[in-house]
Amino acid sequence: MEEKSKPKLNVNRVDMPRQDPKARGKNYKEVALGYTAAMAKEEASRCIQCPKRPCVAGCPVNVDIPEFIKALSQDKMTDAVKILKSKNSLPGVCGRVCPQESQCENVCTLGRKGAPVAIGRLERYVADWDLGNKMKAEKAKLPPPTGKKVAVIGTGPAGLTCAADLAKFGHKVSMFEALHVAGGVLMYGIPEFRLPKHIVQAEIDYVKSLGVEIRLDSVTGKLATIDELLKDSYDAVFLGTGAGLPMFLNIPGENLNGVYSANEFLTRINLMKAYLFPEYDTPIKIGKKVAVIGGGNVAMDSARCALRLGADEVYIIYRRSRAEMPARHEEAENAEEEGIIFKFLANPKKLIGNDRGWVTSMECDQMELGEPDASGRRRPIVKPGAEFTIDVDVVVVALGTTPNPLIASTTPGLETTKHGTVVADESTGKTVKDKVWAGGDIVTGAATVISAMGAGKRAAASIDAYLHGNK
Amino acid sequence: MYKIVAKQKLSPVIDYFRVNAPEIARKAQPGQFVIIRIDETGERIPLTLADWDSKEGTITLVAMQVGTSTKKLGCLSEGDTILNLVGPLGLPSHIEKYGTVICVGGGVGIAPIYPIARGLRNAGNKVISIIGARTKDLLFWEDKMRSVSNELIVITDDGSYARKGLVTEPLKEILEKDKTVGHVIAIGPAIMMKFCSMTTKPFNVPTTVSLNSIMVDGTGMCGCCRISIGDGTKFVCVDGPEFNGHEVDWDILFNRQRIYCDEEKRSLDAWHECHCQKA
Ligand SMILES: Cc1cc2nc3c(=O)[nH]c(=O)nc-3n(C[C@H](O)[C@H](O)[C@H](O)COP(=O)(O)OP(=O)(O)OC[C@H]3O[C@@H](n4cnc5c(N)ncnc54)[C@H](O)[C@@H]3O)c2cc1C
Ligand SMILES: Cc1cc2nc3c(=O)[nH]c(=O)nc-3n(C[C@H](O)[C@H](O)[C@H](O)COP(=O)(O)OP(=O)(O)OC[C@H]3O[C@@H](n4cnc5c(N)ncnc54)[C@H](O)[C@@H]3O)c2cc1C
Ligand code: SF4
Ligand code: SF4
Ligand code: FES
Repeated sequence: MEEKSKPKLNVNRVDMPRQDPKARGKNYKEVALGYTAAMAKEEASRCIQCPKRPCVAGCPVNVDIPEFIKALSQDKMTDAVKILKSKNSLPGVCGRVCPQESQCENVCTLGRKGAPVAIGRLERYVADWDLGNKMKAEKAKLPPPTGKKVAVIGTGPAGLTCAADLAKFGHKVSMFEALHVAGGVLMYGIPEFRLPKHIVQAEIDYVKSLGVEIRLDSVTGKLATIDELLKDSYDAVFLGTGAGLPMFLNIPGENLNGVYSANEFLTRINLMKAYLFPEYDTPIKIGKKVAVIGGGNVAMDSARCALRLGADEVYIIYRRSRAEMPARHEEAENAEEEGIIFKFLANPKKLIGNDRGWVTSMECDQMELGEPDASGRRRPIVKPGAEFTIDVDVVVVALGTTPNPLIASTTPGLETTKHGTVVADESTGKTVKDKVWAGGDIVTGAATVISAMGAGKRAAASIDAYLHGNK
Repeated sequence: MYKIVAKQKLSPVIDYFRVNAPEIARKAQPGQFVIIRIDETGERIPLTLADWDSKEGTITLVAMQVGTSTKKLGCLSEGDTILNLVGPLGLPSHIEKYGTVICVGGGVGIAPIYPIARGLRNAGNKVISIIGARTKDLLFWEDKMRSVSNELIVITDDGSYARKGLVTEPLKEILEKDKTVGHVIAIGPAIMMKFCSMTTKPFNVPTTVSLNSIMVDGTGMCGCCRISIGDGTKFVCVDGPEFNGHEVDWDILFNRQRIYCDEEKRSLDAWHECHCQKA
């Protein structure tokens, strides 16, 4: 089924079973089911172990891809896990949500002849095997303690990776997290059906098993500031607080009831488990006709969550055309299969409410594509006289996020850009402030799990060098 | 886990808690709040810091039982724990020397106004406080408020105690008499804060209100708490909770407070069904 609409996928690649679209639109269970042992071995056998291993450079954390695949195909699962985890502390997460098609798999040699090796799926298989075996495979040997202490702010993928690596170097790491659970977007943003929370939890437990302490309910900047942390107990600080501030459209009617930011909508569902209301106390409004504004992964996740809550109709409203949509191809396709309706070249300009303050409809401009803009994508322009209105009772605004100003505003000496991101050296994560490093979405703006991890890793190496006095 | 070291009933529906939270107690300032989550299935709800003791390492919360979460909280006793507690959140009250200040506390709003009145008094202001409640039973902290005020006016809607009427009545009388009033701070139900703001408007006295919009994270991440103020949108949890009462779009606040009316009833029914009330 998938193959027809996606000619890039060569039949030679072992397909991964998925839940039936009809059934999965009504539950929160994982959509992609993962390879069986036989499937994994067959797919692993497709890797030709090319000597140049271009795939490794395509991975932002340089996983030794051919090596772990080789171990897998030789049934040396424990070795496969060790190889994988030596570079990637969150393989179960990455195997599921990495945009592999534009990273490791994009440069796989086989891609030139047919479908690249399904590296992400194999990574997921190995990680799940490890989890199934209670993570006995890798007992990381920790070096003797160095006596140095590092504070890592934020427990998203950037922070977790940085903390894990620092712990493996022998430093004492404390993590600080504003929310009541660790994991960042992995826990509050990406839904259960795409990334089961027990997988994230297990990978966090692994980081803890390295001796990393995680302090929840701790908003840095409100409790201790960065300067206080440095003065009182820590030799260095890593900022991995992400880009959590939601953007709105700034159109009339945006504060009507029924209008959510994607962050709120997804947080209520994923973090607070509103889909289990009233067993869980946090409510969410279940729309009949839901419009999600935006075309990225966040929009796809919101739309698919709305559907699972029980909406009759769910629209994706995107102002450009399908080709420009930033969402992962696979996720847009999943959404469409499940029955999400895409309205391209549509730009909301007004939300209209009833006398009780609830949103009832949305007025949109019909757009057409003009000249390419700075991003190289064709700029949408209003098509005169072609507005239209759709009835809605829930609207989710998924337009992107920027870094929360809390850290920057309470940390003198940090440099920020006009977008609110923190300035840091790309290869080391060092900020202009003494003893402070940063990485992940706080530096790049909303990006990907693996790029955040890559940044955490580079910062850990740089912090380690600094702590050993050779910087 | 945050341990409750003391609990009292201030009224049949208003509970007082002292909770062990040393780090927060050290940082707390008037006007700030915390967000608590009582148990694993609980929601995150904001409560104002009604007091704190940095030596003892405790904070004081005063909560009125209005729905599932505050009733669950009311069921906890000394020695029990609250699963999650995060803070201090929000911007501290702006405390300066205005000359004469009027502090209006309505209902459970008496608790948050207390540390603010104390702060203003310590800053050298003449503090006139007005505290009001629907009825005598719901009134609390009269003594505490008296101890931080130069003058205290007590009022009940039904006249069951002290003066009968609404807090806006003495507020207006004072403003008519005393032209030295430099600032008014009103904390209580949204409707009370709206009418206090309307009362002070003709006198052109700057008026601060502390808004109680629905929240989730309390750190600026979800936008749930947004309100319209002047021509713009603000997030109560990070830009507030205190705002200029003359600029608040009250209708939007009222509407947004009622978003989950139906769900709140369902939640309470479900909770009542499965919960064997502790004595
Ligand atoms: C709905 C959604 C779907 C996505 N889908 C994908 C996908 O399929 N593939 C992909 O690669 N990427 C995806 N992304 C993007 C990816 O999740 C992020 O790029 C990544 O999580 C960024 O990691 P981070 O560590 O920089 O920050 P985050 O994951 O944002 O973590 C930051 C953490 O810091 C905490 N924090 C913030 N401020 C403070 C403070 N002052 N004190 C203490 N703690 C603080 C936050 O609570 C949070 O836990 C998605 C994002 C969203 C929102
Ligand atoms: C900054 C701030 C400080 C506050 N301080 C206090 C205080 O010191 N003492 C006190 O008694 N109350 C305080 N409140 C109000 C308190 O948070 C709500 O009464 C409480 O959340 C109600 O939860 P519930 O489940 O018991 O009731 P529900 O049945 O859920 O709701 C009753 C009403 O409370 C409001 N509410 C519901 N959920 C939330 C939520 N997650 N966040 C905020 N409001 C909500 C709604 O407007 C609703 O109509 C404060 C609110 C804010 C925003
Ligand atoms: S971490 Fe991501 S990019 Fe790297 S090998 Fe795994 S799937 Fe590919
Ligand atoms: S590029 Fe592809 S075929 Fe070559 S080693 Fe990497 S995964 Fe195997
Ligand atoms: S409560 Fe989420 S932004 Fe204010």
